[in-house]
Amino acid sequence: MSGPVLIGDAMTGGYGAADILHDCTIAVEKGQIAVIVGPNGAGKSTAMKAVFGMLNIREGQVRLNGRDITKLTPQARVAQGMAFVPQTSNIFPSLTVEENLEMGAFLRRDDFRTTMEQVFDLFPILRDKRRQAAGELSGGQRQQVAVGRALMTQPSVLMLDEPTAGVSPIVMDELFDRIIEVARTGISILMVEQNARQALEIADKGYVLVQGRNRFTDTGQALLADPEVRRSFLGG
Amino acid sequence: MSVNWRNISLFAALFVALGMVWTFQSPTLALTIVNMGLISAIMALGVNMQWGYAGIFNVGIMGFTAVGGLAAVLISMPPVGAAWSAGAFGAILGLMIGAATIFAAVLVTRRMVPGWPRMLTLIAVLGVGWTLNRAVFVPAINAIEAVNPASEGYLGGLGLPVLLAWPVGALLAAGAAWMVGKIALGLRSDYLAIATLGISEILISVLRNETWLARGVKNVTGIPRPLPGPAEVRQQDWLPGLADTLGWSVNQTAQVVVQLGYATLFLIVLGLLIWLAEKALNSPWGRMMRAIRDNETAARAMGKDVTKRHLGIFVLGSATCGLAGAMMVTLDGQLVPTAYEPLRFTFLIWVMVIVGGSGNNWGSVLGGILIWFLWVQVEPAGRWLIDVATIWLGEDSALRAHLLGNAAHMRLLTMGLAMLLVLRFSPRGLIPER
Amino acid sequence: MDPINAFVLLANFVLVPALAYGSQLALGALGVTLVYGILRFSNFAHGDFMAFGTMVVILTTWVLQAAGIGLGVLPTALLALPVGIVALALYALAAEKLVFGFYRRQRVKPVVLVMASIGVMFVTNGIVRLIIGPGDQRFEDGGRFIFSVREFREWSGLAEGLALRTAQGITIVVALVVMVALFWFLNRTRTGKSMRAFSDNEDLALLSGINPDRVVRVTWILAAALAVVAGTLYGLDKGFRPFTYFQLLLPIFAAAIVGGLGNPMGAIAGGYLVAFSEMTITYAWRRFLGHLLPEGWTPEGLAQILSVDYKFAVSFAILVLVLIFRPTGLFRGKAV
Ligand SMILES: Nc1ncnc2c1ncn2[C@@H]1O[C@H](COP(=O)(O)OP(=O)(O)O)[C@@H](O)[C@H]1O
Ligand SMILES: [Mg+2]
Repeated sequence: MSGPVLIGDAMTGGYGAADILHDCTIAVEKGQIAVIVGPNGAGKSTAMKAVFGMLNIREGQVRLNGRDITKLTPQARVAQGMAFVPQTSNIFPSLTVEENLEMGAFLRRDDFRTTMEQVFDLFPILRDKRRQAAGELSGGQRQQVAVGRALMTQPSVLMLDEPTAGVSPIVMDELFDRIIEVARTGISILMVEQNARQALEIADKGYVLVQGRNRFTDTGQALLADPEVRRSFLGG
Repeated sequence: MSVNWRNISLFAALFVALGMVWTFQSPTLALTIVNMGLISAIMALGVNMQWGYAGIFNVGIMGFTAVGGLAAVLISMPPVGAAWSAGAFGAILGLMIGAATIFAAVLVTRRMVPGWPRMLTLIAVLGVGWTLNRAVFVPAINAIEAVNPASEGYLGGLGLPVLLAWPVGALLAAGAAWMVGKIALGLRSDYLAIATLGISEILISVLRNETWLARGVKNVTGIPRPLPGPAEVRQQDWLPGLADTLGWSVNQTAQVVVQLGYATLFLIVLGLLIWLAEKALNSPWGRMMRAIRDNETAARAMGKDVTKRHLGIFVLGSATCGLAGAMMVTLDGQLVPTAYEPLRFTFLIWVMVIVGGSGNNWGSVLGGILIWFLWVQVEPAGRWLIDVATIWLGEDSALRAHLLGNAAHMRLLTMGLAMLLVLRFSPRGLIPER
Repeated sequence: MDPINAFVLLANFVLVPALAYGSQLALGALGVTLVYGILRFSNFAHGDFMAFGTMVVILTTWVLQAAGIGLGVLPTALLALPVGIVALALYALAAEKLVFGFYRRQRVKPVVLVMASIGVMFVTNGIVRLIIGPGDQRFEDGGRFIFSVREFREWSGLAEGLALRTAQGITIVVALVVMVALFWFLNRTRTGKSMRAFSDNEDLALLSGINPDRVVRVTWILAAALAVVAGTLYGLDKGFRPFTYFQLLLPIFAAAIVGGLGNPMGAIAGGYLVAFSEMTITYAWRRFLGHLLPEGWTPEGLAQILSVDYKFAVSFAILVLVLIFRPTGLFRGKAV
């Protein structure tokens, strides 16, 4: 099968009257990692929300495995195999780590204990802290909870909005490793990143967004090599 | 200008409805509704200042009107000399000790660092203050209450003209509002609501239980009137002629003349308030208040002291309610603490504001008179409705009799429904904000 | 010096009544706090919801009594409780459908929902007074005492007596059972956890596929059940009167806020705190001190800090202290 697993195709729209996204396209292929980078306020988060159906787009389409899902609610998209980790408030702070994961699996009626074990294998620290309230964890651990929660539905596409925001460089490397590991299991990953250089290094596909428009689109390596991208977005 | 016509026709319709009461029921009933309606309009105006201009949610209106009513007693009743000599000194000293204790407690909380020493000092200050207060206050008020308890047993008032009580009532309410506002403004709107609900219950408790102050549940009656009463009007030599022309009895004519007198008085106050309120609303200050209401965060970011502004308007609106409370007691000629009920004096005013149109002064006036009109008229209508609806139960059905007996409560139901319907289908009210 | 008699006296007039009253407040505050945590507004209709549910319980009790059905020493009202719960749950769900749901979907400011709840309060109040009237109703039956003052005196040989009324005993037991069941539900069941998740982070709950309408429905049903239990227990203990139930709003909200709005544990702690404060501050300590102080030291007055008429002032004072010193409540609630 050719064509992307998930594509937001020529999306135009915003939160209210004014459009934030203009003819913006982002996509991810099966088992690959696609990364969106760009300056603050470029509309990266907005594009993610648009793909996940959290805001209405005036024009364009979202397709999952070739099927038009533009009209589906976010919940329905979860049921279709998409999962989303928002940039902020992406955990249930007063619930324990284990309960956070359980809530991730809310839609599943089968036994999700093996999935939870897989998440614990991926993020061993969470196993130790399973009975602790998620709100009491450190920043990096919270992000792990957030990613773990999203994985609980066994999604085919995982969307991450700045998963490494506010964590230390060591934890960040660790998180990137885990994300690659997830991608290896066949889950497609669409991710927004502030740390453009590192993110593009692990990316199969990269999108540079500026003011809601696609500015550059290429493979991660090609973008890293592009002198203009380097100058404007990677700090030389 | 089309909007204006709409509003004028709304008021005209209300006027026609009142005219029908005048013709088909009685002129005195129509005027009774008008007078209380005008007072309600003033209360609604006060609440509208808080809610409509600033988005402050006050559910302690009853307390502020009651405090205003207290002013009517404290200003206009003759002082009870025996009670003053029996215990005024002790009572006032006791109150001062109480105030000093609270002041000291506040100082301790402000100045000392949090911790056990502060807590213990606080408890010590309160304990000493309370013991002193009891020692001075209790004997004094017992002495006061022992003075001719059947008709007096309280300190009485200052014996000044009752009209003076109106601004004083406003001041008293303002003071109470300032204290509540200091504590609860700046927190979530729900908290202010609960706090105001609480303070109004407490103010009513004070009115009911502090017999030395205004006779408590024994009521103060015979409050001096600002205008001559029906008996005096009857003596006028022009009255029989007027009664003849109208074809009414002398009694009714006299009563109508008196009621019209009060209506005029109230209209003057209402007119003055509306004029001030409209001016304020359209001034830079009013625009700033609405800007704060619509986007508090932005206003804060622009360096506006939102809490202070809110405190100002909260005090002003509550003062207006206090003024209306004093006017009401003046109209009734008595202070009956047990008559203050939150559904009637707080939540009904809210219905008036919402139905009339929050943010619009004229809306409050319309809502005030209209809802009061309905409040009075729904009771017979409700009885009739239940009568018709239960006719199938038979003349001597116990259930039917029971429901008819409780028919008065139909008005609560109706008012709630009116509020919910307006809130849902026309949230801007009958006369929307411009 | 007679500490045992002093303690018995205290237990009889302060501890036992406060424990019962505190349980009733705690149940009421739990309902308020659940609605606040999930629906994010202070429900001013809660007091009248309690009155509505209790009214149904009373009417059912009368029917049962007329039919000669009873529970022996236990009040018949316990048998009528489920009827009241079902009736109030249906009523609350109707209110959600006709009133609250509309505003919730619009994502209005909380104060608009509070306003709507005042409309619902009015209507509910009208219905209750229309059906059962504004007056006092007593519906307590069965044995009046678990043990009376006289029995206690004979048993213990003490000068002071201690009574435990059936209504008080039942209140404490039922409240305990209900609280345990509620916490079990919230912490152990899928639906309960989804409610806590929803209360924590509504958007993420939606992203996880939690159905908001279902959460809201369950919340109303729970709040209704808590309101009926609280109202019935209060009515058994102190008698039913619609206006009293409206007035309970103040101590109930004080309890919920003290504990931290939206925090169930806090609501329970708050309920007992308010009840014990109210009781100790309005209790006349004279006889108690008489037992403890040396001969001749007994105070002349009642040694009462505030008269019972000002019991609202206690709730209010607690509320004010919390608002000043710790606006999020003792147990860290959701509100700021
Ligand atoms: N909830 C919202 N409502 C209205 N405008 C928003 C909202 N969130 C973001 N915006 C606006 O959309 C633009 C893009 O924001 P965002 O997508 O968050 O940028 P990025 O994630 O790339 O930093 C910004 O101008 C921001 O002000
Ligand atoms: Mg972003």
